[in-house]
Amino acid sequence: MKVEQISIFMENKAGRLAQITRVLGDAGVNILALSLADTADFGILRILVNENDSALSALKDCGFTVGKNEVLAVDVPDRPGGLAEFLEVLNVNEINIEYMYAYRKGAHAILIFRFDDLDKAIDTLSGTEFKVLTADELYSL
Amino acid sequence: MISMIWDEEFETMPREALESLQAYRLRKTAERVYATVPFYKESFDRAKFHPSQIKSVDDLRRLPFTHKEDLRDNYPFGLFTLPLHEVVRIHASSGTTGKPTVVGYTRRDIETWSTLMARTLSCAGVQKGDVVQNAYGYGLFTGGLGFHYGSERLGATVIPISGGNTKRQIMLMEDFGSTVLTCTPSYALTIAEAMDEMQVTKDRLKLRIGIFGAEPWSQNMRLQVENKLGIDAVDIYGLSEVIGPGVSVECIEAKNGLHIFEDHFIPEVIDPVTGDTLPYGEEGELVFTTVTKEAFPVIRYRTRDITRLNQEPCRCGRTHLRMERITGRTDDMLIIRGINLFPSQIESLLMNINGLEPHYQIVVKREGTLDTMEVRIEVNESVFSDEIKNLEALEKKIENECKESLGVAAQIKLVEPKTLQRFEGKAQRVIDERKI
Repeated sequence: MKVEQISIFMENKAGRLAQITRVLGDAGVNILALSLADTADFGILRILVNENDSALSALKDCGFTVGKNEVLAVDVPDRPGGLAEFLEVLNVNEINIEYMYAYRKGAHAILIFRFDDLDKAIDTLSGTEFKVLTADELYSL
Repeated sequence: MISMIWDEEFETMPREALESLQAYRLRKTAERVYATVPFYKESFDRAKFHPSQIKSVDDLRRLPFTHKEDLRDNYPFGLFTLPLHEVVRIHASSGTTGKPTVVGYTRRDIETWSTLMARTLSCAGVQKGDVVQNAYGYGLFTGGLGFHYGSERLGATVIPISGGNTKRQIMLMEDFGSTVLTCTPSYALTIAEAMDEMQVTKDRLKLRIGIFGAEPWSQNMRLQVENKLGIDAVDIYGLSEVIGPGVSVECIEAKNGLHIFEDHFIPEVIDPVTGDTLPYGEEGELVFTTVTKEAFPVIRYRTRDITRLNQEPCRCGRTHLRMERITGRTDDMLIIRGINLFPSQIESLLMNINGLEPHYQIVVKREGTLDTMEVRIEVNESVFSDEIKNLEALEKKIENECKESLGVAAQIKLVEPKTLQRFEGKAQRVIDERKI
């Protein structure tokens, strides 16, 4: 049920994001979703891509510090109040969000979550109207 | 691991006999410089001291100090005891400010030095049959030629590759089956890193010993280099003013302090401010008097290196005093808001944090009237996280450590891997941007 995410350490320097995306592009890697978190000095770029292994090795070859970890992709109803209902479920069940990002594809509103407890989130969401997507489901949307 | 003692008679000499040998040689040296070098005659006279007053090695502390400035003032050959035609070799230390300091060797000095370097290598566990890849710089710097002559004297096979050209170092290390690597500790790490990039694993090498020196390093850095290269890493100390490498070295048995070759060099540790000789075990500035050199002896030369002396017997059997690894220099000492600080202290603090590697840089600035210190450190995969808060916690942790153990407020800046300068010689860790 979990989806693998790649994260990349980057200094806040002009042109850095362009360099990273160029490395991925040259490696034939397509980015499905991304988010950038930053502080005054550095940032962490988090991406979901179609080819994890090629992305990792291309970035490492270029000297980037990279990591990978698991996140959840949730298909949330794309209507007013859809996200609020979903977040209320999390709140009631005391599941904390470390960070999240979102994108829309066709009729689907896809939310990518990093929870403090992924397994608990999966258990909580099973049987609700909020569908946790597998990697295959996510990439075939 | 056992090392062979090269000069059993001298290296295991009982203390009493050693001290009477030192006293005899000290008096000879003092007489020599008094008679031949105007600088020493004047400084002895000023101190109302005559070489004939030397009865025991304790009389040493009545002699005046020699400073690096004295060497510069007598540039280039003013402190030689002999005319230049008796001198067969000149070396000079890279002067970062002004003129270099120049030293000379007679044929016998070269003999002495070669023998001391054979001792050094032997003490570090090197034997005939070893292949020594000598990546210290050849030239005016004493490192390259010192190791070269010592390796030949020992009967090892020496590869005079000198520093730099890291890829070729690794290629030859593999192809020639080098068993010993000699270079600065920071260059050893540079080599280890390049091996990763070239995908050369340590099991493809025959390396077993590294002899690293010419800059201060920490115990944690030793463990990293040992682990990455699969070797025993031994600390060596020397300076051209005394002879070059071959002043002191760790034995591979204990790897715990560097044996000073006391039959040639008499060490003292002094309070750098008062000049008082400190008892064994106390930290202070290391001072050397050479007692066998011909062309360029030095009397109570202030090294500016900070260490302490240890007279505990060593399990290797050598009776010579050990000095602790150098913890800093009196002159690379940073003063940040009134607090004295050595880069090596920051290094050992960083190395105590799990996962960090010793790739760091210290930038000192002055903002208004306040000094600030920024420590830049490379983020590697073992400390990286997808969450900002974890990296901020790492920064905070280093900041707290600096505050608590050093008493200095430091701003920590995480930087991308391999963005800080790599070193082929002595590492330059500090950028001082203060305009004072």
